[in-house]
Amino acid sequence: MVEIPEHLLKRSQAARNKAESDGDEAPAEDAAPEAAEPAKVATATEAAPPKPKKSGNGGGAATKLHTHRLLTVVKSGSIQPPKPAPVDKVNVWPHLLVIEFLALLACMVFLVLFSIFVNAPLLEEANYNKTPNPSKAPWYFLGLQELLAYFDPMIAGVTIPGMGLIGLALAPYIDKNPSNHPEDRKFAIALFTFFMMFWTVLVIIGSFFRGPGYNFAWPWADGIYFDL
Amino acid sequence: MANGNGGLGSKLSDKGKQLTEKVQSSQAWTSIFRPGSIFSKGYSDSPRNRSYVIMNSLVYHLHPVKVKRHGVKVSYTLCLGGLSFFLFIVLTITGIFLMFVYRPTEAQAYPDMQAMMTSVAFGTLVRNMHRWGAHLMVISVFLHMARVFYHGAYKSPREFNWVIGVQLLMLTLLLSFTGYLLPWDQLSLWAVTVGTNMMGYTPVFGREMRFVLLGSTEISTNTLLRWYVLHVIMLPFVAVIFMAIHFWRVRKDGGISGPL
Repeated sequence: MVEIPEHLLKRSQAARNKAESDGDEAPAEDAAPEAAEPAKVATATEAAPPKPKKSGNGGGAATKLHTHRLLTVVKSGSIQPPKPAPVDKVNVWPHLLVIEFLALLACMVFLVLFSIFVNAPLLEEANYNKTPNPSKAPWYFLGLQELLAYFDPMIAGVTIPGMGLIGLALAPYIDKNPSNHPEDRKFAIALFTFFMMFWTVLVIIGSFFRGPGYNFAWPWADGIYFDL
Repeated sequence: MANGNGGLGSKLSDKGKQLTEKVQSSQAWTSIFRPGSIFSKGYSDSPRNRSYVIMNSLVYHLHPVKVKRHGVKVSYTLCLGGLSFFLFIVLTITGIFLMFVYRPTEAQAYPDMQAMMTSVAFGTLVRNMHRWGAHLMVISVFLHMARVFYHGAYKSPREFNWVIGVQLLMLTLLLSFTGYLLPWDQLSLWAVTVGTNMMGYTPVFGREMRFVLLGSTEISTNTLLRWYVLHVIMLPFVAVIFMAIHFWRVRKDGGISGPL
């Protein structure tokens, strides 16, 4: 049941009291014009609760009055709006398509210019008998290779990346926090940033700070052992 | 300034208008540009026509007629997802170009690479674009993922689209990695040796998986063929299917995620 607010209860109590006191006096007044029509209406609206008629209440004329009234407390917002609240939208053409086209153009210009001025590496032909020192994986796997330098292959090569990927894929099912406001999800953001930074640092170390024998090397002193 | 020149100019522009009208009402033109297209006859800019532009074009498969206003802000998405898709298309086109020159065997791969860079018109440029575009795509897919995480855009109802996105990230890495071997230079051979050795440590079926992928116990001409097929057909095929589901889900899940 909906709880009836305090002020409404008070009002109804006041109306009830008034009706009772009126009930005692009204017949005396109403009796004179002999139960006129407007008086009936007034009584019907004034008499708030469905009160059983009192025996001494106005005699025969009063028994025909409407003494019932349906009361409903309507709380604000409890009625479903017929339409969802309008969302501020813009036309895809031209607003979105123009932006997409410009982004695509900028990307293409950057790619073509970069490709004109920087050549992709092509070292000498593959040779099984000549292992380069150091041998490095592609840059996005260098974090893994870096981990392999510290841990057992079972841990560094399989367990950590496997758990990482599964954890990443399950992120939406683990993170039950419904909010997407940064201030509500400090922990999630901190955790994600920590892992991203951890990974980036490993990739940078593996790329630039590892030299012959996959030993530590300073890029400014020993040179860079890195090919894209 | 109403001299002879002005008269000629207005006459020319009248002729131009007539010609445009004639071309635009020709059967060929109307058969190519559907009603509502910005190239169709009598197109004028109005909110109604802007809707028709999308509804009557291929773009409708990708975008709705209207999107949330905050969604078109470059600072919200940084265009990273769209650029990843665009780079995939660039890589497909440049990759097809490279396929005309390249043969995936131990004897021919490296000489073909050299020929591409010395005697094929635009060979070096296209190869460079393919290589740098691939690295760029790995970066943009990765940054797209980070962007989505920081906006909490993976939350209900978009959980599953995030899972598909993680698959797409792995597919991107695999595409890049399989392409790494194909030039058949020292960098390819030994980077892939290191990479596949890591794979061999997988418990239970690590060795078997490595054998299937290499086509032998060590990298050989079999490996080259297998990785070539993976790189040019199988992985792109799977990636396209995943992308189709990814884009479709973006719209089914209510478009781009809400403002912060």
